[in-house]
Amino acid sequence: MKLLLENAHIEGIRYYEAYRKNGGYRAVEKALKMTPDEIVEEVKKSGLRGRGGAGFPTGMKWSFLAKPDGVPRHLVVNADESEPGTFKDRYLMEFLPHLFVEGMIASSYALGSNTTYVYIRGEYAWIPDILEQAIAEAKANGWLGKNIQGSGFDCEIYVHRGAGAYICGEETALIESLEGKRGNPRIKPPFPAIQGVWMRPTVVNNVETIAAVVPILNMGGEEYGKIGVGRSTGTKLMSACGNLKRPGVYEIPFDLSVEDFIYGDEWCQGIANGKKLKACIPGGSSVPILPANLLLKTAKGETRCMNYESLSDGGFQTGSMLGSGGFIVLDEDQCVVRHTMTLARFYTHESCGQCSPCREGTGWMYKILKNIETGKGKMSDIDLLWDIQRRIEGNTICPLGDAAAWPVAAAIRHFRDEFEWHVLNPEESQKRNYGLAHYADPLEIMVS
Amino acid sequence: MSETPNFKVTIDNITIEVPAGTSILEAARRVGGEVAPPTMCYYSKLQGSGGKCRTCLVEVSKGSEKDPRPMPKLVASCRTGVMDGMEVKSMTSEKVLDARKGVTEFLLLNHPLDCPVCDQAGECHLQDLGYDHGNEGTRYEFDRRTFEPEDIGPNIQLHMNRCIMCFRCVFAAEQLTDYREHGILDRGDHARISTCISKSLDHDFIGNVIDVCPVGALTDKTFRFKNRVWFTKPVDAHCKCDKCCGEVRLWMRGNEVFRVTARKDEWGEVATASNGKTGWICNECRFEKKSLSDWTIEGPSKISRHSVISQGHYEGVHEPQPELLAEVIGKEPVFTMSIHNISEVNKPNVHLSQIEGPAHSDDFK
Repeated sequence: MKLLLENAHIEGIRYYEAYRKNGGYRAVEKALKMTPDEIVEEVKKSGLRGRGGAGFPTGMKWSFLAKPDGVPRHLVVNADESEPGTFKDRYLMEFLPHLFVEGMIASSYALGSNTTYVYIRGEYAWIPDILEQAIAEAKANGWLGKNIQGSGFDCEIYVHRGAGAYICGEETALIESLEGKRGNPRIKPPFPAIQGVWMRPTVVNNVETIAAVVPILNMGGEEYGKIGVGRSTGTKLMSACGNLKRPGVYEIPFDLSVEDFIYGDEWCQGIANGKKLKACIPGGSSVPILPANLLLKTAKGETRCMNYESLSDGGFQTGSMLGSGGFIVLDEDQCVVRHTMTLARFYTHESCGQCSPCREGTGWMYKILKNIETGKGKMSDIDLLWDIQRRIEGNTICPLGDAAAWPVAAAIRHFRDEFEWHVLNPEESQKRNYGLAHYADPLEIMVS
Repeated sequence: MSETPNFKVTIDNITIEVPAGTSILEAARRVGGEVAPPTMCYYSKLQGSGGKCRTCLVEVSKGSEKDPRPMPKLVASCRTGVMDGMEVKSMTSEKVLDARKGVTEFLLLNHPLDCPVCDQAGECHLQDLGYDHGNEGTRYEFDRRTFEPEDIGPNIQLHMNRCIMCFRCVFAAEQLTDYREHGILDRGDHARISTCISKSLDHDFIGNVIDVCPVGALTDKTFRFKNRVWFTKPVDAHCKCDKCCGEVRLWMRGNEVFRVTARKDEWGEVATASNGKTGWICNECRFEKKSLSDWTIEGPSKISRHSVISQGHYEGVHEPQPELLAEVIGKEPVFTMSIHNISEVNKPNVHLSQIEGPAHSDDFK
């Protein structure tokens, strides 16, 4: 069942005429007849959870928004999709810009935001033009600007280009950057719902969350809430990449099993070049990596499904997270040490340098991992890495510290013997440039 | 008139009442002594500072009377407000001490440890932190990050290698001067303090960044390599200055004024002056008035126990409160820098502040 990408294949859907002809802007029409509180209530009923990574219930987030008299409120859409492996928002904005704009208008009305911002990452150089064109088209047809469709509600949407920093995907850093300052995360509390952009109450939502408001309004919150499993309602965009036969952006139902997603004909069609699955990061680079056996089945032996609860089953010991939906698959030839080093290098480069554990710790982890990868590692380095990540995690201002610590922790937890093999066989590890392969073939594991 | 309600907060088994809106750190400072978490970036006189260094992390074992759930993570005490009935563990929590040890290690990771040639040595907060919470050695086996030296003006010396990125000088320049000329460039572990276009810092009050710097990253060029701070005697003095409060601390040896700084309180922060405002001093008082005739001497300064000079047995050292004994806190308190009582060279019975002129080896016989 497709809710977001249903019309993605229609020619010209990027432009207003085709989008409107296919039922576009119905959600806004419907929304303007409701009161803002009713819309928030619908979103609450739908059980929609934030699609940016943390999975916080959107309706609840909206109801936390402070509403002091005479102070403008803002909706800020986080399109700074910088997590390695995640590219679902890009697809949405590139091919269905009007769906996104429609969601923004309806959400702005619900939140009472007369000025709405889209903060888009600098690397998406061509997408702001697409969005700006969609916004101009919407405005020309009376969906934006003053007195939208005679409802008395004014709304303007501005697209703001970031300068290319991962940290600006953190909501308070995004707000700082939007204000024209250095993109350093703020210390919370106060939360953006009380003091956000220009110290005004602000809601920061992911692109996909905002787009999901459209089907919620079209079909009603209760109906939307029936789709999915348990507290994971609706559908999710997954951006599958890595050693897959058919990587890409998929809209999945939450009851889909991980095995079906990787091997199913409708989805990724298995591992490329007939190789075997070794490991997978199910939700963007910062979530823990899972070896094949734990990916397909939980520690209790149940089938693992693509939803918030099932993927995090077993905590970080034997589980992971759905995160932002960046599904990175590693085949048997990939080296986990090298992979972890690459991620550590990324987080070192992207640390803002504000708080000490992250600023110093990420660089240290990267240097140690580089040593192990290039055959200069020591056995004690592995324990040292564990100790460093333990002291970064939870002790930083923003979640970047956690995001840098989790991949290292999970790699050591599940693939410690591969790290040890790298230390013990420095020459061979250089020649082969990939790790041990004995985790492969999940199908065998399932038979046994 | 509505008064702010008082909140009861328990820190390391000691209960005190503080007005609502107080941070955990300020409450702990009222208890005093070892209970107060160490701070590297927080500066109570600078708005917006704090939360960055993570040395002041504490464990909240009970959120409040209404919501007794403990907080899931350690929190930065400088930026977390107290709640009624909150229970906080600072030095009684193993988790906190472990985290502080970790933070200290991170702060020292790229620090050059050039204390023997550093002008800040002896009054450096990082030295104190390292002494209290540091490891014996480092586990870091790589080259330390270094920066190209940069000249930021005739009065202030910048040693970027020593910087711990506390952002205090940025806040100070922002809040004390009309225009801020320096800031943080780059990000991550190569972030640095610099001026965007090579420029000298020349505002009248910019010298205060030297006082707020917790380490030796920003030092006084007029005092550079002239003397060690523990060889100079701190004396309170004042003068008539139309720019600032004119209340300063002179660092003297004999009749020579080596250095002028603002007066600092027991937390190493610039103290409140007699006019009720924070005692920031102007560049003229700090860098130019280096003659005794410029000043009216008030007498020897009171020194905080944080200062290495306090070990020279000065009169009026702020001692930790005596009631903070093991049974209250639950463990033996560690006192900063008790090395001088161990060394045979030092004579605890000799008060340096009572010696006329420079101290001589004869004084210690």
